Amino acid sequence: MPKLTIDGKEIEAPAGTNLIEAARRLGIEIPHYCYHPGLSIAGQCRLCMVEIGNNPRPQIACNIQVAEGMVVRTETAKVLATRQSIMEFHLINHPLDCPVCDQAGECWLQIYYMKHGLYEPRMMDEKVHKPKAVPLGPHVILDAERCILCSRCVRFCDEITGTGELGIFQRGDHSEIGLFPGRELSNPYSANVIDICPVGALTDRDFRFAVRVWYLETAKSICPGCSRGCNIEVHYNLRRPHHNQGRRVARLKPRYNREVNRWWICDAGRYGYKFVDDPSRLLLPARRADTQADEVVWEEIIPLVAARLSAYRPEEIGVLASPQMANEDLFLLRRLVDHLGIPNVDFRVPSRASGDEDRILIKADKNPNTRGAELIGLGPRPGGLDARGVLRAARERRIKCLWVLHHDLLLSAWPEEETREALRALDCLIFQGSNANGVSPSAHYVLPSATWVEREGTFANFEGRVQRFWKAVEPVGAALPDWEIIGRIGEALGMGPLPATAEAIFKALAAEVIAFRGLSYRELRDAGKPVASS
Amino acid sequence: MAELILTRNFHRPDSHALRLYQETGGYEGLQRVLALPPVTIIETVKKSNLRGLGGAGFPTGVKWGFIPKGHPGPVYLVINADEGEPGTFKDRYLLERDPHALIEGMIVSAYAIGSHLAFVYIRGEYVQPWRRFARAVEEAYAAGFLGRNILGSGFDLDVVVHRGAGAYICGEETGLISSLEGKKGWPKLKPPFPAIRGAFDAPTIVNNVETICHVPHIVQRGAEWFAALGTATQGGTRMYSVSGHIRQPGVYELPVSVTLRALIYEHAGGLPDGRRLKAVVPGGSSAPILRADEIEVAMDVDGLKNAGTMAGSAGVIVMDETVSIPEALMVVARFYAHESCGQCTPCRESTGWIFKMAQRIVEGKGRKEDLDTILDVARRGAGTTICAFYDGAVGPYISYIEKFRDEFEALIPK
Repeated sequence: MPKLTIDGKEIEAPAGTNLIEAARRLGIEIPHYCYHPGLSIAGQCRLCMVEIGNNPRPQIACNIQVAEGMVVRTETAKVLATRQSIMEFHLINHPLDCPVCDQAGECWLQIYYMKHGLYEPRMMDEKVHKPKAVPLGPHVILDAERCILCSRCVRFCDEITGTGELGIFQRGDHSEIGLFPGRELSNPYSANVIDICPVGALTDRDFRFAVRVWYLETAKSICPGCSRGCNIEVHYNLRRPHHNQGRRVARLKPRYNREVNRWWICDAGRYGYKFVDDPSRLLLPARRADTQADEVVWEEIIPLVAARLSAYRPEEIGVLASPQMANEDLFLLRRLVDHLGIPNVDFRVPSRASGDEDRILIKADKNPNTRGAELIGLGPRPGGLDARGVLRAARERRIKCLWVLHHDLLLSAWPEEETREALRALDCLIFQGSNANGVSPSAHYVLPSATWVEREGTFANFEGRVQRFWKAVEPVGAALPDWEIIGRIGEALGMGPLPATAEAIFKALAAEVIAFRGLSYRELRDAGKPVASS
Repeated sequence: MAELILTRNFHRPDSHALRLYQETGGYEGLQRVLALPPVTIIETVKKSNLRGLGGAGFPTGVKWGFIPKGHPGPVYLVINADEGEPGTFKDRYLLERDPHALIEGMIVSAYAIGSHLAFVYIRGEYVQPWRRFARAVEEAYAAGFLGRNILGSGFDLDVVVHRGAGAYICGEETGLISSLEGKKGWPKLKPPFPAIRGAFDAPTIVNNVETICHVPHIVQRGAEWFAALGTATQGGTRMYSVSGHIRQPGVYELPVSVTLRALIYEHAGGLPDGRRLKAVVPGGSSAPILRADEIEVAMDVDGLKNAGTMAGSAGVIVMDETVSIPEALMVVARFYAHESCGQCTPCRESTGWIFKMAQRIVEGKGRKEDLDTILDVARRGAGTTICAFYDGAVGPYISYIEKFRDEFEALIPK
């Protein structure tokens, strides 16, 4: 590996590494706009200039690769003066509308201006005017005056999605980003251009004007939208609860994971969190007799549910676990099912709509933890019924008690009338989930779950990568994490005390389930770890 | 009068026809040249001190030598006929009046660099030059000078004639390549240089029309002959486009060592109506301006470089005492603002800004700090961009103000 010196510090970096990345490893930030590690090198913004060796002309760090013996200086008077000039050029035609710009607070023009600004504006002439507030597609809106023409969005659509909707039109200071005629920015990854836009040119139609970004807090998480398990950040607002109509989760952003999603997420995942702060959330446990539903407290409903589960013969009970649930939930559920000896357990309920899939990120399986459910073993026990068999048996009144976790069975691929008939025929229907759905209104017991942003846990993606997600906000109402609900029922059934934390459950899981052996909850860290290869 | 090489047939009304070209010796030595080892041709061109005549003045043979040896894929020769430098019209004359000279030059050059497909990128506004040249290509194919197994040599060459769409930046060699590839005419980052990875990602040599027209003469008459026509560092003659306040505007082929004074007064007839010379732009609009007392200078690449300006495209723009230099700067600044491709921030943003300042000054609304702002902005932006366009704009920005500052200050309200 070439060894070079950056600002007097020696570093070895693999051949092919550019100077921005090499400096980053040393904790040296070389300011830049157009460079993005996931895209080709454009070299247009000219901000990343550094001095190399004795070359009198500063060079752009993005397009220079490390070489043996190279001496790079990133903070010389010449470099700083160049940065200041380039910043001035970037700003002369940029509107001074930060107070009303949604990017304010996370704008790289602001950030670099603070450090490298000229502070004495010399441009007194009329700025160039360009189109403003132009919707480019369902999610993205353009302010061409704020655009610094770094071309990241254009390169994203050319190189990552291959859809090529965007181009730079006109010339000189009249250049502007725009759509090719007849196109709209509607590819399944379109909103990534908002993330990579370093300024306020491309903003999010869903998020803009909802919350100022400095009120947001961040939690690391995993997208539950499909089995890819893209790493994300949950941006939530608790400091200004009156903003954004009281919705706490303000937006999801991709979080880099080289092995999973790199810098990107799909639009379906990005905007798929709305159920979290939706009026359909189940807030309190409830029991229903005839048509009357009574909201009750957990202390009251847990013994009741435990009693019902003990009241039937194991063959008369069906349990439909969900691949939406975390490994910790599924593990406790499996223990409970084994404790009671229930043979009719399944987690696979085919959905009516067939899932789309592509070669970038999107997987057809819209569940985050199908692999976890498989590995932990939530399928039918020997002689037990699968999900469809359970419903059939319910219609025939051979299954008398059904515990449905999360699934909306009415949206399954099976005939809706048959499902309704099965649910009607049940003696006892327990529904556990975060939001009301087609099943919950007919449940005798409703157990409200926390959503994934209201708790922590792990999912195993389609490749068997076990990844942690962290808690962002408190559960609404009395909702509890699934593992806690299951654990409390287990406690009531005499299975021993409720585990204290998700981590404690994971430890037990890793000890008991072969595929998870050797994994430690903490050591999964941000990027996750693969299960043992089968 | 020195011998005319490139323009020797220009006076003949049918100079563009294949028949006339052949009658005056054209294609005569081609068969012999195509039997030489290609490396011999490259060495000859190196020794001749032929330098690129499009603007940059880079040694042609050296450029050819950058093509990777034994490259397995195709190698392309691209002729830059996107003549757009204000004040320059020599390539237009060559395309219109002696198109076969370019074709023969292309055959020899392509053979030297191992290319079997050559592109000619002709400026969009050049309709007649394009017609003449395209016709000549047809003639050359019909006569067996292009196509397969040229003159039984075993060498194949096809020529694609491509018309540009009128952007100045497409005359920059990598902007030209982008445009040729069907993309927006944006210059490309270097490295990689075109000789390593150019058009369609293949090694590519881009040469100016006039440069290539010299090649057959050099190969046939020898490097020493050509080198002796010029100075120690630049061989041959070149074609000067002389325009502006001059008695006989036109194209003059002269040894590169001619002085600017001789070109203006001896060859082009001096200024009309006894007017006094005020300034000259010696190498196309991007070349820094010279005052009337600075014209005792040799017109070769290094002679003009030492005089603080550049030979560029040899477009000589003569300005007499009636010219307002601030207005001239405004016009030039408008050109660069209009033609900046918009790719690099310093060029995109400051060409427009400088034009606005220059325009305000001409309109009598200048501020006293404007001149220093223009100078400072130009100096800060120089050398910070992908291509040489901005450095070309900086030439006039700085030189017009530095050399004629009084004229600017006179327009700025006290």
